Amino acid sequence: MRSIILSTTAKLLGPLLLACSVLVLLRGHDAPGGGFVGGLLAAAGLTLRAISEGVPAARRAVRIEPHLLLGAGLAAALSSGLPALFAGQPFLTGRWLRVTAPLAGEIKLSTVLLFDVGVYMVVLGTVLLMVFTFSEE
Amino acid sequence: MNLAAAVMSGFAVAFLAPVVHRAARAYSGWLLALFPAGLTLYLAGLAPAVWRGEALIAAHEWAPSMGLSLSFRLDGLSLLFSLMITGTGAVVLAYAGGYLAGHPRLGRFYTSLVFFMASMLGLVLADNLILLFIFWELTSISSYLLIGFDSEREKARQSALQALLVTGGGGLALLAGVVLMAQAGGSFEISGLAGAAALIQSHALYLPIASLILIGAFTKSAQVPFHFWLPAAMEAPAPVSAYLHAATMVKAGVYLLARLSPVLGGTDFWYVTVTTAGAATMLSGAVMAYHKSDLKQLLAYSTVSVLGILTFLAGLGTGYAAAAMAVLLVAHCLYKGALFLTAGTVDHETGTRDIERLGGLRRAMPLTAAAAALAAVSMAGLPPLFGFVSKEMLYEAGLRAPLHAAALTAVLVVTAMLLFAVAGAAGFRPFYGGSPSTPRHPHEGPPSLWLGPLLLAGGGLLLGLAPALMENAVRYAVLAAAPGQPVPLKLSLFHGLNTALLLSAASVLGGLVLYGARARLIRFGPARALGRWGPARGYEAALAGLNRFAAAQTRVLQSGHLRYYLLTVVGTAVALTGFALIRGGALPRQPVFGDVRWHEVSLVVVILASILTAVRTESRLTAVVALGVVGVGIAALFALFGAPDLAMTQVAVETLTVILLVLVLYHLPDFSKFTPRVGRQRDAIVAIAAGSLMTGLVLAAAAAPHSTGVAAYYLENSYPLAQGRNVVNVILTDFRALDTLGEITVAAVAGIGVFALLRLRPPGDKP
Repeated sequence: MRSIILSTTAKLLGPLLLACSVLVLLRGHDAPGGGFVGGLLAAAGLTLRAISEGVPAARRAVRIEPHLLLGAGLAAALSSGLPALFAGQPFLTGRWLRVTAPLAGEIKLSTVLLFDVGVYMVVLGTVLLMVFTFSEE
Repeated sequence: MNLAAAVMSGFAVAFLAPVVHRAARAYSGWLLALFPAGLTLYLAGLAPAVWRGEALIAAHEWAPSMGLSLSFRLDGLSLLFSLMITGTGAVVLAYAGGYLAGHPRLGRFYTSLVFFMASMLGLVLADNLILLFIFWELTSISSYLLIGFDSEREKARQSALQALLVTGGGGLALLAGVVLMAQAGGSFEISGLAGAAALIQSHALYLPIASLILIGAFTKSAQVPFHFWLPAAMEAPAPVSAYLHAATMVKAGVYLLARLSPVLGGTDFWYVTVTTAGAATMLSGAVMAYHKSDLKQLLAYSTVSVLGILTFLAGLGTGYAAAAMAVLLVAHCLYKGALFLTAGTVDHETGTRDIERLGGLRRAMPLTAAAAALAAVSMAGLPPLFGFVSKEMLYEAGLRAPLHAAALTAVLVVTAMLLFAVAGAAGFRPFYGGSPSTPRHPHEGPPSLWLGPLLLAGGGLLLGLAPALMENAVRYAVLAAAPGQPVPLKLSLFHGLNTALLLSAASVLGGLVLYGARARLIRFGPARALGRWGPARGYEAALAGLNRFAAAQTRVLQSGHLRYYLLTVVGTAVALTGFALIRGGALPRQPVFGDVRWHEVSLVVVILASILTAVRTESRLTAVVALGVVGVGIAALFALFGAPDLAMTQVAVETLTVILLVLVLYHLPDFSKFTPRVGRQRDAIVAIAAGSLMTGLVLAAAAAPHSTGVAAYYLENSYPLAQGRNVVNVILTDFRALDTLGEITVAAVAGIGVFALLRLRPPGDKP
């Protein structure tokens, strides 16, 4: 069943939600947001697409298989703990690198951000895996 | 190289062993034997320092917060044990290369054997109690792998499991005892407990501590009534029986008793329990050995008997007993190791181990026969072998026992008579007399099969002729096992005409009579009934009971219906938490409510109305939407009370949950009320109870004085330490990142679980 209203809304809302989710992820350390909400928002955007255009279209939009996303996320979160180990600190201790970029000013790069990206990917992967599996049944 | 490296190198060699085997093939046994031989030289090189009275220590930190350190200590007692472990290890590895030549899994066998050797070495060198326990269990595990080496045979697997359960179970008791003891004595280091004996023995928990540690020692050293696993372990290949189940591993319990008796010993409880267990074991072991005709069974029961003697000596606690124990340890290691290996050779070359079917083998296998004869003479306690020295000292220790000396000595003499007869049956009978036909035509094996036994048995002869060689080793073992006691030395073959010599003569005569009358005596022996109704029956019953219990509780708890799982989980949570809440008195008498504003009230009204709708509706879709409204309402509450992160997440979660539910609903049959009235009432009660519990918890939390600890710490340190202004996010990704890592792993597993349940069904199995 196709609804024009739904698919038009989804075309507008989907990308918006995805963009929002990245924003929420990146600003999470200093303002409300973070990897978990970000992942959920992205999942909502793609789920909207799956409902309006069908799962195959949504799968094409993601490009990666959800379970790969999920594994990559876990790997990212796990590896974010390693630099601290090599520096002789406890596993998962945060480490920061401040970089000054030409236009953006000072940027904080950190293992914590990598960890949050991992959380984002795991959440997105898990929800998509469930949604896709259920709707393809 | 230090002690820690010596132990750890064993584990490395264990995993290299298959590679060595692949490269060296037929010579792999000889090549691998070089490693324990090298360790023996290294340890022997340390001996002079130990015999000057120094204790060599190597300590590394492991997990100091748990009292765990990699600390090793070499004193007289551990030196004696480690030399036996590495020395016999070299002999056994060389023997195994010949005994299992051409076996497809020989490489794996070497791995298990060397792994065992490293664990055993760690056990006797460990100074930290937890470390000792770890090595203790590692020896149990390697013993399991080695007994079950011939894993295609069910009997081998069963015996392996039995040994693991008995010794591993004992190991758990040991762990409990050791932890209690360390708490009572204030140290996890054995050397640190040396001065704490009085403190521990007057401690309220002394009895449980001693009992638990004794259970560990008795199971490992096969004391009655835990002895049954050892004869069953004879399913293992001969080198394993010689090495683990005669020479070394089964002596770990004796080692522990000797090691801890300065701390725990000296009380009536210790003395009575240990000597009684030892006396009962030595006598019943000898009786059962006397009745066996399978070479390995007979040797296994005689080992049980000797372990009883060793335990008995460890319990006596005198300097004489400790010296006799040290000498018997070495003598038994030499003669029993040799006898097990010759039994293996006989089995290997003739195809049978039944002494009724063997005879006259000395013509075909002269070198093996010589080794067996020497070892049997030592086991029988005849001069000029080391076994004789050992028996003299044993009687001496018995005669000087602090309590019941006469009765205990009588038990020792009877045991010695029986063991004399058993020695004859194991070491002479297969090699002399007529030669009945055996399944295979016997001939002497390759050098690897006779050199090792000959070396061990020859060692017994050498030490018998020159017992002074052992004097220092024994003296310093006694100093460690029974400090402060007079050390009776010199060691010599002839002590003069005394009671011990007379007893020795009497036991030889008695032994000869028993050996001659063996065939007639065992026909109406009680041993058959003992085998059938022994404690092995209890083990089987316990195992069957465990299986039945597991099946019953699975039937009760695993109904396969989600609603019952929910009921169990929620009910348990409510009961336990509710109990703690009420008993702890955390519920405030007068709940504190702040100012309630009208928009809050209206939100609550909306939430309540949606709940009622969800419960009462006939349509699934309505119920799902109503639940969604509840969720969004709660998100609004979060936002009102200043938790934007929670609110955002809650909205997102609610949205996705509703979508997921709708997707699932699509597959479900039409809604109808299956649950009867009673069931619905039960559900209502559980639901209301769960709600009340949460209300109570929130009220209790609100009434508690605002904690300044953790919350304040996070608020203060979020920016300085973690460079983040959003405390919630900082907690999730930094302060408690490990928790989050666990949570996302759970989420991932749940996702994969859904995928697996729906996609990976066997074909044709549609819901």
